Amino acid sequence: MSGGTHLENANPVIFQRTRDRLQTATDEDEEIHDPIDDREIFDMIRSINDPEHPLSLEELNVVEQVRVKINDAESIVGIEFTPTIPHCSMATLIGLSIKVKLLRSLPDRFKIDVHITPGTHASEEAVNKQLADKERVAAALENSSLLEVVNQCLSARSI
Amino acid sequence: MKEALTLVQRLNGHPDSRCWFVSWSPTGTLLASCGGDKAIRIWGREGDSWVCKSMLQDGHQRTVRKVAWSPCGNYLASASFDATTCIWKKKNDDFESLTVLEGHENEVKCVAWAPSGNLLATCSRDKSVWVWEVDEEDEYECVTVINSHTQDVKHVVWHPNQELLASASYDNNICLYKEDDDDWECRATLQGHTSTVWGLSFDAAGQRLASCSDDRTVKIWKDYSNERGEAGDLSWKCVCTLSGFHGRTVYDVAWCRLTGALATACGDDGVRVFKEDETSDPDQPVFSLSAQATKAHTQDVNCVAWNPKEVGVLASCSDDGDIIIWRFQEEI
Repeated sequence: MSGGTHLENANPVIFQRTRDRLQTATDEDEEIHDPIDDREIFDMIRSINDPEHPLSLEELNVVEQVRVKINDAESIVGIEFTPTIPHCSMATLIGLSIKVKLLRSLPDRFKIDVHITPGTHASEEAVNKQLADKERVAAALENSSLLEVVNQCLSARSI
Repeated sequence: MKEALTLVQRLNGHPDSRCWFVSWSPTGTLLASCGGDKAIRIWGREGDSWVCKSMLQDGHQRTVRKVAWSPCGNYLASASFDATTCIWKKKNDDFESLTVLEGHENEVKCVAWAPSGNLLATCSRDKSVWVWEVDEEDEYECVTVINSHTQDVKHVVWHPNQELLASASYDNNICLYKEDDDDWECRATLQGHTSTVWGLSFDAAGQRLASCSDDRTVKIWKDYSNERGEAGDLSWKCVCTLSGFHGRTVYDVAWCRLTGALATACGDDGVRVFKEDETSDPDQPVFSLSAQATKAHTQDVNCVAWNPKEVGVLASCSDDGDIIIWRFQEEI
């Protein structure tokens, strides 16, 4: 995917990375139950690599903390992601990478809904439907070549 | 009258993987389950509890999505993401792989036997539905490939006593097929769901069909073909929509042939049972929620199946890998 000669979006706008989360005294206190919050979810997905550029999804503004919604009590996570261009053919792969990252990071009880930010992609509905179909996601993840590409997106990059 | 759904037994059916589907043998004495671990397990009763009697491995290279018993109970068919369908023959207490049906381009999503046992249907992500004929020598031959759907076909089910086949798809539609001069054709397309249709179940008489969908509703369709008095297309109409009961995708629906109770499997972890109001108009039936287990499983419920012989015995299975045997009781 990366390193190809024809980049779909040759000159993407690059955004600044968010600073690390500040640890507070209550975070350290094991006695206090602190539910998983939006920032923690954002931290799980912001360093996912873009399939096309040597940049993170955060740096391309594909993911933003304001588009992450978690309800820990209800075990529901909702993510909206914004493709860099409305005809981005990588949209499904990016959404799949976000989904896989959260499936691997969060406890099994969570329902994870990954959608395209409304109005930002030409095939928004089709991509959303595919990402919501767990049977197709399960089948995709049994495809070793696709899984390898997803794992590349998820592998930590030294900055 | 008070109804309740009580847990009889929880089985850790497919540890560390999904349990996708469960199917009762025609006598109701065995339950087959399949899952993401590529295995099929056969469960039977020993004393008061259900135990794993045998495990069928090495039949498939990928997830086993669904399993189906032949009407005689001597054969089991398994549909897999590896694009094949396996036919297993029962030998005493064990099963042996008899043949492998190939031809679909990719994942086989469902398999179902016709009531006669002479026909088998499979469907796939390749958008097609295949009908296979079985002869006395256990030879399988594909007699038809039907391409009526425009997307991934999720489920196929046969009418309880006619050679009428129904399929449900990612294209939001349901198709009904009948044979005409050695050729199987789509004779009706039921439109109404606004997203993927995941499951289908006929009632005991085959006059009605229940469908469940990603749009979080269950629809009841009724056969009006005869009233038109012509030999042409089939006419089925939606007579009831159950909405507002399910929090997420409804993955399966099962209509009990013994009691008429309707069970659903939902992505919100719940198992629900609906009963029809017997005084309601048959052309506008009313179904009400009779019992539910809102946190039946710890993850999505993928399948519900009523025992064909024992009244009120229901099996469910989930992404959490567990199978639960329930008892649905009308009165306590």
